[in-house]
Amino acid sequence: MRNVRFTVLALLVAAATFAAARLIDNAYVFFAGYVVLQYIVLATAWNILGGYTGYVNFGTAAFFALGAYTTVVLHKTVLVLPLPAMMLVGGVISGVIGLGMGYLTLRLRGTFFSIATLAMAVVAQTLITNWNFVGGSRGAYIIRPSDSPIFSGDYIQYLFVVMLLLSVISVSIARAIQHSRLGYGFSAIRDDELAAEASGVPTLKLKLIATTLSGGLMGMAGAPLPYYVTYLDPASGFSLSYAVNTIAMPLIGGTATWLGPVIGAVLLGTLQQVATVTISSALSLLLVGLLLVGFVIAAPKGIVGWFTR
Amino acid sequence: MSDALLTVAGLGKHFGGFVALSDVQLQVAEGERLGLIGPNGSGKSTLVNCLCGTLRNDTGQVTFSGHKLNGLSAHQRTRLGMARSFQLPRPFPTLTLAENVRVPILYAADVKPGRVVTNPRQRCEELLDMVGLLPKADRKPADLTQIEMRKLELARAMASEPRLLIADEAMAGLSHQEVDDILALLMKLSAQGVTIIMIEHIMRAVLAFSQRLVVLVAGRKIADGTPQDVVRQPDVVAAYLGS
Repeated sequence: MRNVRFTVLALLVAAATFAAARLIDNAYVFFAGYVVLQYIVLATAWNILGGYTGYVNFGTAAFFALGAYTTVVLHKTVLVLPLPAMMLVGGVISGVIGLGMGYLTLRLRGTFFSIATLAMAVVAQTLITNWNFVGGSRGAYIIRPSDSPIFSGDYIQYLFVVMLLLSVISVSIARAIQHSRLGYGFSAIRDDELAAEASGVPTLKLKLIATTLSGGLMGMAGAPLPYYVTYLDPASGFSLSYAVNTIAMPLIGGTATWLGPVIGAVLLGTLQQVATVTISSALSLLLVGLLLVGFVIAAPKGIVGWFTR
Repeated sequence: MSDALLTVAGLGKHFGGFVALSDVQLQVAEGERLGLIGPNGSGKSTLVNCLCGTLRNDTGQVTFSGHKLNGLSAHQRTRLGMARSFQLPRPFPTLTLAENVRVPILYAADVKPGRVVTNPRQRCEELLDMVGLLPKADRKPADLTQIEMRKLELARAMASEPRLLIADEAMAGLSHQEVDDILALLMKLSAQGVTIIMIEHIMRAVLAFSQRLVVLVAGRKIADGTPQDVVRQPDVVAAYLGS
């Protein structure tokens, strides 16, 4: 019941956000807002595996780009599929990849798991770069429809709404997990896997649930990307900045709760957008680096950590 | 013994060329209090790890209340009713004490056939109260003293509602009074019908607790009998004091 109430509340916040963006009546607000929302989804998805379960994933870009390339493939084969359906397919594919990756790598712990995820991202990028059908290293052009299919407005507004809803979904999932039996199991795994097993927690199964869910949400976040950028190449789709940002945001916001990644994504995402426009796009990554160093030293529990003991 | 709760037959485990356990035979009856002793490195903890599924035994078979355990993972064994406390306490540091105890309630007690924990919160409180940690229910394990840590370890083990509790050196490093505290706690659990295997170096505690004593030396069981008889056995004395 509490979860339903939360989701309704989140939907209201989302509606208010959309209304405010419409009031400003500037296409750039939607372009910038879309990126921030996308990072809310990515950071929240990363946090399910990285924050709750304690497995640091450096391969965000792979799951994200697989979602995006799923859309490219679908776009080139079955044109008529609506965007939410494509996102679902992208999510399923990234989720399945997450499951497979989890099965292969979850016997590794700590740094070794992280290195394996990074390696997987490189492998996936190499495969896509050499796959001619999706454009190979030249990249693929996607023509973005000009108008929103469900309400009057630009297509970018539609993308914004879709991403807004996906953030509501993923944050609701993350919050529901945090207060559930699954959440206790994840925390136990993060704290001490041996003790978790001894307490009856099926650690392998739970870790696979975490990788699948986390990968799936990342894939869904990536699926609309081709329509957003209209030109997708492996170097930008698999950009390391996705992985770095997605780790930095929960760390800055706080990894223990659902709220941390949201705060981190809104704060850092907005800051980056502002810096990109006002100063330079190179500065935005520097910002991430500096903030990350600062928080790791001064506030290892993130912003949420300030308010809890 | 036909009413054995736990039967260990021909258990063997080696690490590379080192034989940690060889051909260990052991039976534990329902409700029994068994003491397991042996010098450092004799294989006690390896035996516990093989029983609980943390390590896989190379040879032999462990049977627990009719279930063959070989190949079952640690959490499956916990769910069957076998719980352990760790030699060095391993609490979940980011969870409160209540949450620490809640994990096995949700994942072991609640999944037993025909058992539903209707009020997990109340069950947490009962368990913490049993070990005297209720006032600290909302604190983190870092705030605990050594003995409180051991008590939390026992409370968490009991939260899975086990039929067999394996207490791996639950008293090591504690003061005289604290040893008595834990001893009283284990006796209380035993009175509730839980079968207990106590692994301990503190002979005073082992002798006071055990109905039967098993001695491991260099991975072999060299004695099995009443405590009075076992401690007088020449090879047991030799293992501890040298011949």
